[in-house]
Order: sequence, then C-alpha cells, then structure tokens
Amino acid sequence: MSDASCSNPHDPTPLNFAVPSLRCGGCVATIERRLAALPGIAAVRANLTQRRVAVTPADPGTSPEAILTALDRMGHPASLIEPDALPRDGADDGTAQALLRGIAVAGFGAMNVMLLSVAVWSGAAGETRAVFHVVSALIAVPVVAYAARPFFVSALGALRARRMNMDVPIALAILLALALSLFETARGGDEVFFDAALTLTFFLLIGRYLDHRMRERARGAMAGLQRLAVRAATLVAPDGATRPIAAADIAPGMVLRILPGERVPADLRVVTGGSDVDRALVTGEARPVAVGPGSEVEAGVLNLTGPFDAVALRPVGESFLSRMVQMLAAAEAGRGRYVRVADRMARLYAPLVHLLALATFAGWVAVSGDWERAAFVAISVLIITCPCALALAVPVAHVVAAGRLMSEGVLIRDGTALERLAEADSVVWDKTGTLTSGTPSMAPLPPTPEAARGAAGALAARSAHPAARAIAASLGGDRPVPESVQEVPGYGVEGLVNGRRARLGRSAWVRAIAARPDGPHAGGRAGQAAGPAFAFEGGSVIRFPLRETLRRGAGAAIVDLERAGLPSEILSGDEAAAVHHIADRLGIEVAWSGLTPAEKVAHVQALAEQGRRPLMVGDGLNDTAALAAAHVSASPASACDAGRAAADFVFLGDDLTAVPLAVRVARRTGQIVRQNFALAALYNAIALPVAMAGLVTPLIAAIAMSASSVAVVANSLRLDRADRRRPRRVPRLSGAPA
Amino acid sequence: MTILVLLVPVTLAMGAVGLGAFFWSLRARQYDDLAGDAERILHDDADRPLRPRTETER
Repeated sequence: MSDASCSNPHDPTPLNFAVPSLRCGGCVATIERRLAALPGIAAVRANLTQRRVAVTPADPGTSPEAILTALDRMGHPASLIEPDALPRDGADDGTAQALLRGIAVAGFGAMNVMLLSVAVWSGAAGETRAVFHVVSALIAVPVVAYAARPFFVSALGALRARRMNMDVPIALAILLALALSLFETARGGDEVFFDAALTLTFFLLIGRYLDHRMRERARGAMAGLQRLAVRAATLVAPDGATRPIAAADIAPGMVLRILPGERVPADLRVVTGGSDVDRALVTGEARPVAVGPGSEVEAGVLNLTGPFDAVALRPVGESFLSRMVQMLAAAEAGRGRYVRVADRMARLYAPLVHLLALATFAGWVAVSGDWERAAFVAISVLIITCPCALALAVPVAHVVAAGRLMSEGVLIRDGTALERLAEADSVVWDKTGTLTSGTPSMAPLPPTPEAARGAAGALAARSAHPAARAIAASLGGDRPVPESVQEVPGYGVEGLVNGRRARLGRSAWVRAIAARPDGPHAGGRAGQAAGPAFAFEGGSVIRFPLRETLRRGAGAAIVDLERAGLPSEILSGDEAAAVHHIADRLGIEVAWSGLTPAEKVAHVQALAEQGRRPLMVGDGLNDTAALAAAHVSASPASACDAGRAAADFVFLGDDLTAVPLAVRVARRTGQIVRQNFALAALYNAIALPVAMAGLVTPLIAAIAMSASSVAVVANSLRLDRADRRRPRRVPRLSGAPA
Repeated sequence: MTILVLLVPVTLAMGAVGLGAFFWSLRARQYDDLAGDAERILHDDADRPLRPRTETER
C-alpha cells in the first residue's frame, strides 16, 4: 500500500507503535493512508495481529511525537515501543526464525519417515523393510543433526554447569533412539525408532518455539536509569569563569552551574539563583518543586525554569542516581532466584526417569541375561518417557494466555511472570501516574469575577508548568492579551492585564501584591491539594484548587482484586494529605506517604519477609527498584522507560481493570498448567509399566507420545475460550467513580 | 516392488519442494500478520507484497 519498497534502499529504522484499538481491516486502511500522507514518512505498515504500526520515517531523526498525535486524532491512542523495551515478536527474531526452520525440517523428516514406518508396521518385510530402514536412517540422521541442535546445546550447557534441566532427558532420548535404530538397521533387526526420534524433535521444537516467543532477551532495567546519568557539567571557578567538566571529575565543594533543561549531575546544594525542578525521579510526583539558595537537589533531577549555581555535596559515584542503580541491581539479582515451574518439574522428573531406565536394564539383565534385549528395553523406556507432553505443558498454556492478554492490551515480559502473578497475594500501588493520571485537573471553581478568570487564563496560557496548563485548559472564555509577561522561576507568572499588574503562582508570592491577604475564595476544600493562586495588584486572592484525576477503572480494579483475595495498599512519595484523599476515594485502608525509593523497596521486601507475595504496580523512576524487588510487577504504558523495562506486565490502555483481568488469566493459566502436568503424569503412569515390561513397539510409542502431546495442547487451548470479557469494550460514562 | 525405487525419491522430492516453499514464504514475511493479510484483500487500493527480509533489518 504505502510500502515504498524500491524507492528507499537505506531505510532508517522503523518506529514501532503499540495501538491497542487496532481491531479491524478498516482501521488498518485508515491508519496506513492517513499516516502515509504525513510529511516525512516513507512507509507505514499496520500489523493487525500484533496491534502495532511500523512507521519508517524518511530520515532517521524524525520524532515520534507527530505520529503519536496523528494517531490520537484518528481515535487510536498509541504508545511508542522502544526498540528493545518490549519482547520482540517471534517472527522478527533470528533465533525464532531458526527454530521455525528447525520445525519445518523436523516436520518434513517426521512425515517421510512416518510414511515409511507405516509401511513397515502394516507388513512390509524382508528386503523391502531393510531398504525402508536404510532410507529412514538417511533422512533421520541429518534431520536430527540439524533440527535437534537446540536441545543438545542446552542439555550440554546444563550438564557442564552440573544442573539438570528438561533438555537432558530430551536430548538423551533423541540420541539413544537414533543410536539404537542405527544399530538395529545395521543388524537387520525388525524394530527401529527413527519415527519416534523425529516426531519427538518436531513436537518439542514447537514447544521450544512457543517458549522462545514468551521470553525476552535478558535485559536489565538499568540501561534506562543510566541514560539519565549526566556525563558533563559546567564548573564555575571562584573567579566567575565557567568551563566544562566531566561528571566523573566532580568533587565535593565544586560549584556547578545548572541551566534550564539540564539534569543535575550530582547531589547539590543551591548557592545562588532559583528555579523549579522536576523531582519525578525521587518522589514520582510530576508537580515541579521550587528551589532556592540552601535547597538540596539530587542527581538526575531535571531543572525546568531558571539557572542556578550549586555546590556539589558528594562525588557522582555516591549520588542518589548511583544508589538507585545499585538498588535496582540488587533487587533484580534477588528475583533471579525464581525457579520456573517447568524446571522444578525437570529436577524431579529427570533423575526419576533415568533411575527407572537403569533399573529396567538391571532387571532385564538379571532375569534374562540378554544384554542386547535389556539395552533395547531400557532405551525404549527412555524414549517413551521423553517428557514431550511435559515440555509442552507450560509453553503452550503460556502462549495461549499471552495471546489472550495481548488482545486485551496487556503485554507480558516473560512466561514466569504468569506463574508469579498467579501466586501474588497482595497489591501495592504507586499513586501518581498509576492510580491517578499524572496530570492534575482543576476542581470546580467557586463563582469568580469574569475579569479575574480571563486574566488568570491568559497568564496560565503563557506557562508550561503543569498546574498552569490545567488552569488554562479549564478556564475558557475571552482572554485579554497580557503585556510584559514574565515567568519568575519557582514562583509563577506575572504580567500586565488591561494595564493592571497581576500574578498567578505560589500563594505567598501572589498575596504580596494583593490588597487583602485572603479573599472570600481563599482555601481549598479539605483533601484537595492546595493549588496556585491569582490576584490583581490591590485585588483579592483567588485560589485555584487542583486535584488529581483517578485513572479509569481504578475503583473497579481495587474492588475486583480485593474480591480475588488481593488486598491493596498505597506506597507513595507524595505528601500525606494527597495520598489519604486518594486512598479514601478508593476505599484503600493502608496508605503510606512520603516514601523515598529506598523505603519503597524496603517496604516491598518487608512484605516478602512476612511471607507475602506482593504485586507492585507503579510507573515512576522512583518505583523502578520496588518493581524489580516485588514478587511480580506491572506498569502502565505511560511509565518511564526504566519502569516499563523493570515491570513484568505492561498494560497499554488507560484502564486499570487490566490488572485484575491479568490476575484472573494468570490464575487460570496456573490451573491449566497443573492439569497439563496431571495429564502428562497419567500418561507416564500407563506407559512406563508397559515399557518396562518390554512390550513397547515403535507403533505403540508413536501413538502414545502423539496422543499425550495432543491432549496437553487441546487442554491449553481451553484457556482462550473460558472467561472471555465482553467482545468489545463498552466505553464508561464517567471518567472515574468518585 | 521395483516401483518403490521411483516412488520413494518422488515422495522425498515433493516434501523437499514443500519445505523450500515454506522457507521462501518465511523469508517473504508472510507469517508476520495473518489477521491483517486476511483483511487486506478487501482493500481497494493496490497492495504490493512486502520486500523479503534483509540482513540489515531485524
């Protein structure tokens, strides 16, 4: 369609967007047509299966903002997928492609050998059978050598590390089946297992491919944090001259100049100047904080409005940001100890099976004294107990669940996340950006003079401060044109409106020009964050009460989770009043306020020590370490890079009901996996005695193994049908339950 | 039974052709968006096949 395949040989990397609302062919056509019409776009390709749009810009520097806005205007809110922030889809991945090729080759071999085997089983004898065995061997050996490599490599790796995994019995069974069959072929024997070796490889590769699609390359969240680290700074010499300095060379006592738009390189104390800084990294609160002489600012904090000079308190290596990185590394290392359910099974299963095979061999030698016969039976035990169904039990269920969740707008970082989510027994929420949408909105304003409304709106429109933006957005109507507007960092905006001096900003600063200290509209209602104020010179002070907006579905999500046995609590860096206000609105009893990132981690770890398994939902950089420390974690797509990378689940929509949905699906998946294990155990309970008695023929092996695998797959597919939410989401009437 | 000398290689050759076709379609990105491709046939504007995957982009 808009695929400029020939025109542009050196494509810049395409930008990928997740578009959860992409649901039909019509949307595909609209999005591709309209985006291709934007300037600077070389190619657009929408992917309906993955609900993604890949946009190839004409030149590499194109910013994704314009595309996001355009998508939003079409009614498709989208979010940018960082090239390595989310699991890459299988088809785009070299390993996945190699596995697919392996599946194709194994399938080819299995079908052809099966064709020959069926002929043998139905009575081919003598020379014909010998020829068929040789042809089978000629097919099987190269196919196994090509397609079963992943198992051999993994098994070898596990043995070298003196561990046991599912691949050890698998590789052993495939190799022994092949070796035994080659021996029988050479001997002119009548039973060969080439077909078993190949169908095993085929089925197991399918399981491996599905499993691979669920896993992401191991990738820490630390990359995102370290990108915030500042590499250079501006040093102010005692004589007032400035020169650049590498961040690593900053020593305590040096005076640095921080300009607007720069990040603070180390922990500093302000000496001269003043500004608003974005401390979202530390507290998670988007509201800027004013700093002046004497204030301390942490490394990673973003300077917004004015320049200031500040003295370094600590070397960069001991800064706040460095401590965050260390905390995150510690938290991630702690989680690495989680053992996947499948591996737990393998540790039990593999030694058991190998011991049984050994016992069979010993038993047959003791009873019959026939070494060859004993080896044949022992190997057939290993072949028939090859954990085919066991290896499929987990990945198939996980893939079906992941597909389910993806269609509901929830992405999973890896398969163990589902296992861990099913075990979660409490929820810990961050407040700002998670329970609430990060931007404030204005509470209904008491009756206010028209002139003041217009003037305040006009001043607010001149500032980029989030509070000012909320005010400008809610105050419509006629706006006078203010003159000599000036933004005073840390205080607010000042200007001449219709010849009168007016101020909008911090209440103390505004009150300084007002006639009466507090007008009739002073003060906000209890529980509302004290908002900015406005006054004309000599006029009365008007307060603009700001409040946070709850995220859609927050109330319903918390009730649902409570009902599912997961009580909620809030861990917030915000001040107590704001936190308790939100907690009251949502009916959450336990709410902690004013926590530093380290305290959040400590809190999550304390829960774990009490034997709890908390699900942490958060979005800010200050939550990142807590996300990694929690038993399982989720974050909204609007979260910072590091937060999304640390989270196990990322939900794309605005709606928090995605969280209880994910919990339900995870628990259901856990059930299905247990049923699958039960099916596999049942199969083994029947097949093992038969094999140990030496009654297994290649035909029985083929039927038994295929049947058990098919049973497990069919059982997993039930996940997709049960408990499906209404097919199309019904838009809710109001934003949030009050 | 001498016919088998012909039939077995023919079977294998047919399987190999199928295998080759699968490899080709995999490289031509025909499995990237199965749901989308089913809808695309209904679009009015002409659609061209995607370019096969190159080594540089992944």
